[in-house]
Amino acid sequence: MASAAQRRIKSISYAKYGYMFIAPFFLVYCFFQIWPLIYTFILSFQGNQATNGQFVGLDNYTTILIGQGTAAGASATSAEFWKSLGNTFILWFGNFIPQILLSLLLAVWFTDAKIKLPGKGFFKVVMYMPNIITAASVAALYVNLFGESKYYFVNGALLDLGLVEDPIKFISDPVVSKVMVMFIQTWLWFGNTMIMLMSGIMGINPSLFEAANIDGANSTQVFTKVTLPLLQPIMVYTMITSMIGGLQMFDIPYLYHTAGQKFSRELETVAVYIYYNFNTGTEAQSNYGYAGAASIIIFIITAILGSITFYMNRDKDEIAQKKQRKRAMKQYKAKMKKGGLAL
Amino acid sequence: MSMKKQYGQPKDNYHLKIMLKSAAVFIVCLFLTLVCLVPVYLIVVNATRESNDIAAKPAMFWFEGSLADNWNTLMGNIDGQIEEINAMVGQIDENGNEYTQGRADADIRAVENVATAYSKAFNVVKGYLNSLIIAGSTTLLTVFFSAMTAYGLTVYDFKLRGAAYTFIIAVMMIPVQVSSAGFVRFMYQLGLINNFIPLIVPAIAAPAVIFFMKSYMKSSFPLDIVEASRIDGCGEYRTFLTIALPMMKPAIAVQAIFAFVANWNNYYTQNMILKNPNMATIPIMISKVLGLDRYYDYGVNYLCVVLSILPIIIIYFILSKFIIAGVALGGVKE
Repeated sequence: MASAAQRRIKSISYAKYGYMFIAPFFLVYCFFQIWPLIYTFILSFQGNQATNGQFVGLDNYTTILIGQGTAAGASATSAEFWKSLGNTFILWFGNFIPQILLSLLLAVWFTDAKIKLPGKGFFKVVMYMPNIITAASVAALYVNLFGESKYYFVNGALLDLGLVEDPIKFISDPVVSKVMVMFIQTWLWFGNTMIMLMSGIMGINPSLFEAANIDGANSTQVFTKVTLPLLQPIMVYTMITSMIGGLQMFDIPYLYHTAGQKFSRELETVAVYIYYNFNTGTEAQSNYGYAGAASIIIFIITAILGSITFYMNRDKDEIAQKKQRKRAMKQYKAKMKKGGLAL
Repeated sequence: MSMKKQYGQPKDNYHLKIMLKSAAVFIVCLFLTLVCLVPVYLIVVNATRESNDIAAKPAMFWFEGSLADNWNTLMGNIDGQIEEINAMVGQIDENGNEYTQGRADADIRAVENVATAYSKAFNVVKGYLNSLIIAGSTTLLTVFFSAMTAYGLTVYDFKLRGAAYTFIIAVMMIPVQVSSAGFVRFMYQLGLINNFIPLIVPAIAAPAVIFFMKSYMKSSFPLDIVEASRIDGCGEYRTFLTIALPMMKPAIAVQAIFAFVANWNNYYTQNMILKNPNMATIPIMISKVLGLDRYYDYGVNYLCVVLSILPIIIIYFILSKFIIAGVALGGVKE
């Protein structure tokens, strides 16, 4: 029974406190995120450099998408944008595939109770480590080890061993540098993905594995028939978040270049394209229009990918609830049939 | 044929198979451990070597004794090196050439140029300080205000609660890149370029952290406590500060670590706001070192990379258990 005080408290409305507690978030978010997003949208309809701030309609979009615009070199601008989009996809794909395969393999091994692996905790700690190092430093680390003359570690070692005659162009060669960035991205992220997949596998009901083992399934069968199907939602989730992350790939492609270059054109991703168009240091040289238009295109792609995960997560909950309701209904009906007056 | 023999055979085979598989897995893991650690190890080794030695033999796997010299060059303390060069004036080398005052002067100038270039690009004390100010204050703001927002969304029932939470989940995935052009232009208009404010204040709004904290509260924060404290006459803000906040400590600790690391590592935003070299943070400084194409010194270069990752590595190896657990928690999405 509720006491008098409890009843009094129940009658007070606390709604205003709710608004007060969430107000700082919304104020700051609107000021520093929503308005800049709207402003980016506005900028995408305004000019570049000398015409900064003037309305130009869809000129930026037609320039970067189909190479038709009022500015000189519109087709070159368009070619560069498409190349950066292509680079983004190549670099993402080239690091996602090895990363997910490696992470999945390790996650299955680490969660397999049959495998006796000493130092499991140590391995996890070491494999996650690259992910936590400053990405800018990681770029510097690889540039210093894979420098393009005989004075750098890897090329020096290869020349000493007589494996190559001339230093390999790890940083400026269009193909080799892409492979290097794929490797660095995999190096950075496989530990993270592994731990995420591990927690996914550990979330699977252990009795399913037990049942499979009792029925005589071997580890390949357990993997393909139990683990993989049940891991599918988290795999799709990992893939889509990784795709959204791939669209933002910036630090490594931007900083992995030889000294004297601003960045490597061969590694130019969309994020790099946007960045160098607006971040020139001076207002008069910045292409806010192109950067804005490219940003909005990326926003649309991200929104599509994001809503897929959003609906996936939501649907799953709803389906679970529906199932529960159905089961409860069935039980109720069965009871009614059996006992009739058991209530 | 005894029973033991009949059934013993497959069992031994099974154990052998498991043993072999475990050994194979162990070897693969050992290999990946090397792949993860060797690059970092090599950077540390080379930071202890002198530039000329590195150029003569870049592939070395063991430490040498020039760490202090490289450090002194980076800090601009080159008196020792200048003295050494001056002491060599007048000596005859193996080819019979005299080391003249003119050659000494040229060498001294080279040493000075290297020291100036590096101490300008990578002012390590200032870099640590700037990064610490930004990462420290963003961490405090992020965890406090996210806990507050999550609390507001969990404890109170109000009309826009559902809409507010849906909004937070929806914007969680918007990448920072898509609004950065507008963000920078807006900051130019407000005169906030070369200011820490645009890097610190936005930390109040961290949708992903709110999402995490709300899930945490849902599973381990009994709402009866709020009612009990109301009956005892405790105000709403005091309830949050003195009762809810301490109860959320585990969630706050995990998110604080991630917020600190993310903000310490954030090159993208910091580099577009901070143009003044005196305000540069560690990631900006390391990118400046990457851009050096004159007055290059291999040893000092490696030392800069080591110094830039040192704080994060130390934090990581102290807190690795929490961090790994935190990543695993982030992986379980509903």
